[in-house]
Amino acid sequence: MTEAVAAPAVTTIKMRAERINMAFEQDGKRTSVLEDVNLSVSEGEFLCLLGPSGCGKSTLLSTIAGFLTPTSGEVRIDGEVVRGPDPRRIFVFQERGVFPWLTVEGNIGFGLFKLSASERQRRIDYYVNMVGLKGFEKAYPQELSGGMKQRLEVARALAVNPDMLFLDEPFGALDSITRHIMRGELLRIWEAERKTIIFVTHDIDEAVQLADRVAIMSARPAKIQQIVDIDIPHPRDMSSRRYLELRDGIYRQIGLAHRI
Amino acid sequence: MKLPRWLRPVAFIAILLAVWQVAIDRHPVHLLPDPLEVAGGIADLIRHGLLLKYVVASLFRVTWGFVLAVILAIPLGLTIGWYSRATMAFNPIIQIVRPISPLAWIPIAILWFGVGDGAAIFLIFMGCFFPLLLTAMNAVRNIPAVHINAGRNFGLNTPALIYRVLYPAVIPQLIVGLRITMGIAWLVVVAAEMIAVSSGLGFLIVDARNAGNRYDLVVAGMVLIGIIGLLLDMGMRSLERLRAFRWGYSEN
Repeated sequence: MTEAVAAPAVTTIKMRAERINMAFEQDGKRTSVLEDVNLSVSEGEFLCLLGPSGCGKSTLLSTIAGFLTPTSGEVRIDGEVVRGPDPRRIFVFQERGVFPWLTVEGNIGFGLFKLSASERQRRIDYYVNMVGLKGFEKAYPQELSGGMKQRLEVARALAVNPDMLFLDEPFGALDSITRHIMRGELLRIWEAERKTIIFVTHDIDEAVQLADRVAIMSARPAKIQQIVDIDIPHPRDMSSRRYLELRDGIYRQIGLAHRI
Repeated sequence: MKLPRWLRPVAFIAILLAVWQVAIDRHPVHLLPDPLEVAGGIADLIRHGLLLKYVVASLFRVTWGFVLAVILAIPLGLTIGWYSRATMAFNPIIQIVRPISPLAWIPIAILWFGVGDGAAIFLIFMGCFFPLLLTAMNAVRNIPAVHINAGRNFGLNTPALIYRVLYPAVIPQLIVGLRITMGIAWLVVVAAEMIAVSSGLGFLIVDARNAGNRYDLVVAGMVLIGIIGLLLDMGMRSLERLRAFRWGYSEN
């Protein structure tokens, strides 16, 4: 068995988070959520933030995306300090993020208001096809299944041609079969478009299947505990020795015995 | 017996009317006019040209009071709801004034506007204002943060965010609020017309009793109020069926 290395060819730093601290004040009590987090992501990389629920990984993602301002420290993307959300980097929520008052077409075209009508339509058609929603252009989200809504939200994000995607447990609300299919779809899209992706999950298998690197976060206040390189080329064989080795390593790192 | 769907309520009402008629024929105690007398009362109103006049007078007052309340309460409520500090500041006052029946304002309405349309319109306005204000406040507060964040993420400036996210997100709840409030307006107009004016369906009821105990006209007025209230509600309800708004009413 050969040890293939899937490190990205170009290693330009896309995002660098430096000494991020985040504390919330509630009822006079100060809770530290993020403590001295340092993290960098290369251009075109797929990074998973892995940690238990409530550990602060979503807070870190929202900070990187510019929705939250860190108590101290700074996030730089392409060398610029992040001061707010930006259409060049789109945050994908669980499927709740699609606008229920817009059709599939309306949702995908939502961020394309600066384009001409014909260019907008061309992009909408392209991404409707890409995420397999052909025939549902005029449907409203409540007429779609959970997986379709999730694909719709990914299409809406891709349509504005961002260079980064932030995904916050995007498949968390889906059943395990649909979730599995969606991971494959996401990898297919990522390989076609090569966006830089930061993907938050609490699912160890999901992280090992998707990521170039997995950043393991500790419980609150969250720190980056370890970063694991997933050096298996896609498509990944989930029963290969290397896959199981990496997965078991993460289980141990998190402190879970690999037996139930 | 198989009846078309729409015919069932009609048939049931017909049965109730028949029971009412028979009951009064057997025990003529003059506590209530019978349906035929009520129908005669309505015919009387039509003959004297009063039916249309009174209905229009009532609708005129409802429209003014309701529309003024909509124009003021909805933008104000949306603004207060958007800023959590404003919500905290205004909420106690609103909660104190809200449970006061609009009818409690009658003396003040007459003091400010005299006896006439102004007082009636003011009472309807007071009856509509607080329910609409609260509806608008809650509608804004219920917008999921993900929708606002998504709007900001795609680079919308504030006017665009209001027009493309805030407005469509609150519309379904506002329509429900408008429908309920329209019902309140129609309740209040009848009471207002009993005191402040000399036309309209509320006036008809009081006047028919005072000027000769015409209980057929009293009940005729009540029936007309019910039917027009039903039509108003059906009109508002049809807004909820518009396809673009319907998402707000499905359970998902």
